[in-house]
Amino acid sequence: MRSEGSATDNSQPVLECRDLRKSFGELTAVDGVSFHIAAGETYGLLGPNGAGKTTSISMAVGLMRRDGGQVLLDGEPLDPGTTSLKAKIGLVPQDLAIYPDLTARENLRFFGRLYDMPRTELRSRVDEVLEIIGLSDRADDRADTFSGGMKRRLNIGIGLLHAPRLLVLDEPTVGVDPQSRNAILESIEQLGSEGLAVLYTTHYMEEAERLCDRIGIIDRGQLKAEGTRRELAQIVREHDRVRLSASGSLHTGAEAIEGIAGVQQVDIVDGGIDVLVEQAGNSLMAMLSALDEAGVSITGVEIDEPNLEAVFLHLTGRSLRD
Amino acid sequence: MRSALVIAGKDLRQRARDRSVYVFAIVAPLGLAAIFGFVFNPISDADFTATFAVANVDQGPLASPLVDGVLGGLEEDGNVNLVHAASAEEATRLVEGDGARADEDIDAAIIIPAGFSARVQTGRPAELRVVQNANSSLASTLALAIVQEYARQLDYVQGALTTVVSSDPARLVDAAAIAERAGATPGPVAVRDVSASIKQLDSTTFYAAGLATFFLFFTVQFGVNSLLEERHAGTLSRLLAAPMPRSSIILGKAITAFGLGVVSMLIMIVATSFILGADWGNPIGVALLVVAATASAIGVMAMVSALARTSEQGAVFSAIAAVVLGILGGTFFPINQAGGVLAGLRFVTPHAWFLQGLGDLAGGALGDIVPAVTALLVFTALTSGIALVLLRRRLNP
Repeated sequence: MRSEGSATDNSQPVLECRDLRKSFGELTAVDGVSFHIAAGETYGLLGPNGAGKTTSISMAVGLMRRDGGQVLLDGEPLDPGTTSLKAKIGLVPQDLAIYPDLTARENLRFFGRLYDMPRTELRSRVDEVLEIIGLSDRADDRADTFSGGMKRRLNIGIGLLHAPRLLVLDEPTVGVDPQSRNAILESIEQLGSEGLAVLYTTHYMEEAERLCDRIGIIDRGQLKAEGTRRELAQIVREHDRVRLSASGSLHTGAEAIEGIAGVQQVDIVDGGIDVLVEQAGNSLMAMLSALDEAGVSITGVEIDEPNLEAVFLHLTGRSLRD
Repeated sequence: MRSALVIAGKDLRQRARDRSVYVFAIVAPLGLAAIFGFVFNPISDADFTATFAVANVDQGPLASPLVDGVLGGLEEDGNVNLVHAASAEEATRLVEGDGARADEDIDAAIIIPAGFSARVQTGRPAELRVVQNANSSLASTLALAIVQEYARQLDYVQGALTTVVSSDPARLVDAAAIAERAGATPGPVAVRDVSASIKQLDSTTFYAAGLATFFLFFTVQFGVNSLLEERHAGTLSRLLAAPMPRSSIILGKAITAFGLGVVSMLIMIVATSFILGADWGNPIGVALLVVAATASAIGVMAMVSALARTSEQGAVFSAIAAVVLGILGGTFFPINQAGGVLAGLRFVTPHAWFLQGLGDLAGGALGDIVPAVTALLVFTALTSGIALVLLRRRLNP
């Protein structure tokens, strides 16, 4: 989790989306979504698949026509027909958007030319980006010889190439191995600290918690809540997450806990049971007794602040993984 | 425009690495043109002479113009050999190959039955008979065409005769002279026009041009369908997010298709000229026709591709369109000689106009290709217009 209370709070937003709306026939995909991102700020749109994240950012970067609402980039209105403003945006689509039969360098050069980068600047910038994404030694290999993680990094590198004001990443770590994922997240953290405005969509709570200064929780096309992690946690401040390290019949134990007053949610996790409960201090003894009677041995107890999963559950009544 | 050229440059680089484009653009058309040229060249370029058995049993005034005038004239020109038979039976046996003159290769027998002239002159039904040799389809069809044309002329004259007879019976004696004049009318000459070498390509050039056009439609689809491939690959969103008008993407794809099409045609023209001896004609005229044909191919394939939702669907639609239009357009055989609806229908394809233009160029001046070039440009305008409307919807979700 990055430092909260960003220093850019008072600066003019790089991106401002107001009341975005989009329907596909009878389906309302985005329903009045508004948010803004300042320079140096990483804003996360957190929601499950189908929540409206991709549609929202497609409208935000001028890929898709809006049914309603307004998008301002550095204070200027952005529409699908606007071309000049788009040079300020770097897009990293959810699907790999690279040419597999071109080399990493050729991919970067091609998109650099589309952004009208001068030839000499492009050459040095390509080398710089290859260094950032860790592909310098594979620069002249065709992308179809790369691993999934390398392709993902190239995908991000193309978005960075023209040094945009706003970097939009749509679930950039989907299908990536843990090692590559960590490398990608580190790169994004670095970019945010260099003054780039970042719009990041994900359905991974951990990524949102780690990367984002502010988070918008989106579900069924609506922005349910928005704020820093701490601000969001305040929404469910009366809830605590109790992590019980345990062994034995965890299923029986979980069933025994579910009936206790104040318990909101019980999850069996690796090596124990996670419980979302109102006022942990009031229910903890009852839970331990119930587990003891169920034949579960408790080896440790940990009480946490609610995480974004709990917030999402509280706001939508369903899990991020639903 | 700059962005469009950047996109086209990238596409051409990709296509250069994709070997299938070489197959469609060069190997397949060149190979097939060579095969077709070698197979059909000895047949079609040889001097054509038909041999007909003629049984003039009638010996009347209306038989003579056919035998001596029409058929005799063709014999003098060296197009037809006539073998005279004494009876209908002998003529039939000659065609069947078991007569006394079986050494002759008789393609058809033309029989003028006894009383033919009298029946015609008195307004009664009369018939001319043609016995065709099943092994000589082209020559026997020619015999049938000659006789049908003569009969048609007689029908016309018969109407005049009837009128003359009813108003002035004394002039009946002129009937033979009128019929003789009818026989001298240029009906069969029309047949000569159809096969006039001056407006036809030789077989090698025909197959080279036909197959080059046929595969041109496959070649340009590599450029046209790449828009669907961009969408399938996810790169289209990145192109749409780039700071350029959306029309640049379409223009870039069109430039790619045009480059591939023109280069493939150029290679075909040069290769078939030097290797197979094809004679494409005036280079300026050929260049104009190639440019117009390539543009029309892009328009047609872009329209077909725009109807597809996936790149796979686009490839299937394009292949079907290319094959159907190619066959209908007469790229594999001279469909114009089939006559009827099919011969007229071929002009709904750019292929036919391209071949027509080359034929006109071979037998005439540069200006003779104007109709063909105009038709190809009309195809381009119509199909490109439809494609643009469809594609713009796709690019503006």
